[in-house]
Amino acid sequence: MSTGYNFAYLDEQTKRMLRRALLKAVAIPGYQVPFGSREMPLPYGWGTGGIQVTAAVIGADDILKVIDQGADDTTNAVSIRRFFARTAGVATTEKTREATVIQTRHRIPETPLSEGQIMVYQVPIPEPLRWLEPRETETRKMHALADYGAMHVKLYEDIARYGHIATTYDYPVLVNDRYLMRPSPIPKFDNPKMDNSPALQLFGAGREKRIYAVPPYTSVKSLDFEDHPFEIQRWDQACALCGATESFLDEVVTDDAGGRMYVCSDSDYCGERRDEVEQ
Amino acid sequence: MYVAVKGGEKAIDNAHALLAEERRGAEEVPELSLAQITQQLALAVERVMTEGSVHDRELAALALKQAQGDAVEAIFLLRAYRTTLPRFGASQPIDTGAMTIRRRISSAFKDLPGGQVLGPTYDYTHRLLDFALAAEGAARPEVKAAETGLEPSPRVTDVLRHQGLIEESGPGADIPGDLTRQPLNFPAGRDLRLQNLARADEGFVLALAYSSQRGYGNTHPFAGEIRMGEVAVELVPEELGFAIDIGTITVTECQMINQFKGSKTVPPQFTRGYGLTFGQCERKAMAMALVDRSLRAEELGETVTAPAQDQEFVLYHSDNVEASGFVQHLKLPHYVDFQSELEMIRRLRRENAEAVP
Repeated sequence: MSTGYNFAYLDEQTKRMLRRALLKAVAIPGYQVPFGSREMPLPYGWGTGGIQVTAAVIGADDILKVIDQGADDTTNAVSIRRFFARTAGVATTEKTREATVIQTRHRIPETPLSEGQIMVYQVPIPEPLRWLEPRETETRKMHALADYGAMHVKLYEDIARYGHIATTYDYPVLVNDRYLMRPSPIPKFDNPKMDNSPALQLFGAGREKRIYAVPPYTSVKSLDFEDHPFEIQRWDQACALCGATESFLDEVVTDDAGGRMYVCSDSDYCGERRDEVEQ
Repeated sequence: MYVAVKGGEKAIDNAHALLAEERRGAEEVPELSLAQITQQLALAVERVMTEGSVHDRELAALALKQAQGDAVEAIFLLRAYRTTLPRFGASQPIDTGAMTIRRRISSAFKDLPGGQVLGPTYDYTHRLLDFALAAEGAARPEVKAAETGLEPSPRVTDVLRHQGLIEESGPGADIPGDLTRQPLNFPAGRDLRLQNLARADEGFVLALAYSSQRGYGNTHPFAGEIRMGEVAVELVPEELGFAIDIGTITVTECQMINQFKGSKTVPPQFTRGYGLTFGQCERKAMAMALVDRSLRAEELGETVTAPAQDQEFVLYHSDNVEASGFVQHLKLPHYVDFQSELEMIRRLRRENAEAVP
């Protein structure tokens, strides 16, 4: 563990500021709380928001898991896990069941979460209306008035043009029947896992300086229409390593003649299933 | 056969070792010292200090050395260091009117008290590569300059102000905001806008300023005054109750004078645009002054039509550490989102093919 820095890198005043923002976020599910995001020693876009949230909630007894694209051994997940091992000296794990804090980029683990666990999402753009309205002053007004018509029109236009809602990741959700929220760029496959989750879900956007949250057992509804209900991705194949048919599969190109195979994106889930088969 | 993507940890370690090797370059070439960088690459050091928001030549030189001369990476390194520093106070406003002048020019008046002082500038150099510099060990040039900075040099804007020809600069905020501690809200006060512009990427501010000159929100500017030199930094420690001098810094200040036709309540008068940087970042100071004035469009009752006048556009996109991170994060893995898109596009193509008889 490196010396010369406070536990988990940030000073206690900064952590207090972050915790106040987090408390407000938990009190108003789905509402984006502006916070005094600090400049971190990792680049913006690499998870500075998630890192600050993790630093604010992690304690010496916590067990940290970090995933990127569902996997623990992707380079950025390795780098962030090392950052906390180095600055906080906390125990780390690759097991979803063992972890008390899970920081993630782009996935929710396949293994169901449980009470007492905290999910920390890295968020690039927190504002669900941003690509419809670039101005923050306008989108804040739209949230205040719960004026989400523009998003429904966008989804309707997708159906008119493609026959489907063409959004496949970062699919907009309504939290606690009030705030429209970006679930961060997780595939829509993962959206149902957010609904009524027993875990506390925290979202940090460092560059955009926003924090938001979904408390445990809170309704998270993916937007849809009665005649076009929300649906998740399905694959015709099973995982080539563990045979799973219910998990999110990554496509791996094996040659340049059209050869490809499908494997679980969640490396811990896949490994656990293979261990079970061996035993 | 597919081998699961493993070994991220080892790859990172090896990448860092390779980087260190590349940074050092060929062993037979002597290593750069920080003193060489602060002395001979001073303008690079000053840009890093300005956009890194830390006045420390040694640290800026170290950042440049560590970043292999990449200014934006060096600025990032300095910012990441700055973020952990304790704040023990705020200085008094520096008095640039009392500056020890090394360079001072006005394009508005031919002559004025204190005179025009060219100082060290590239302005009138012929940009011919000097091959004598390539052969090291050239003789030190002899400077035959007049003594400067002896006569008081009042700021040009103060000269105009005494005659009511230019707007008052208005009271500043009692406690200026700090966007490195508080999130930016809109509309942002001028204190925060100027802080943002001072930290902003020089290239971005330069391009915006240029766009305002080419008709995207013209402000009809004159370079009222550009001055560069040393100013004292003073701090009032709580336990003393009076100001003490804690050091001297070099700054470049630019005061742009711009047109304003007046309104029903205000007679026609000139308006101000302000730029300030550490060291000799003159291009940045001038561009900053133009953009500062452009961003005052709303306050002065002008219609906001151009990017340079648009607070959200300018302030949200000016920071090169933020921009560099977000642009480059695209090289992080996006397998999952891309897979989701692949699945959708294949489905749409299948349906499309089926629909065609």
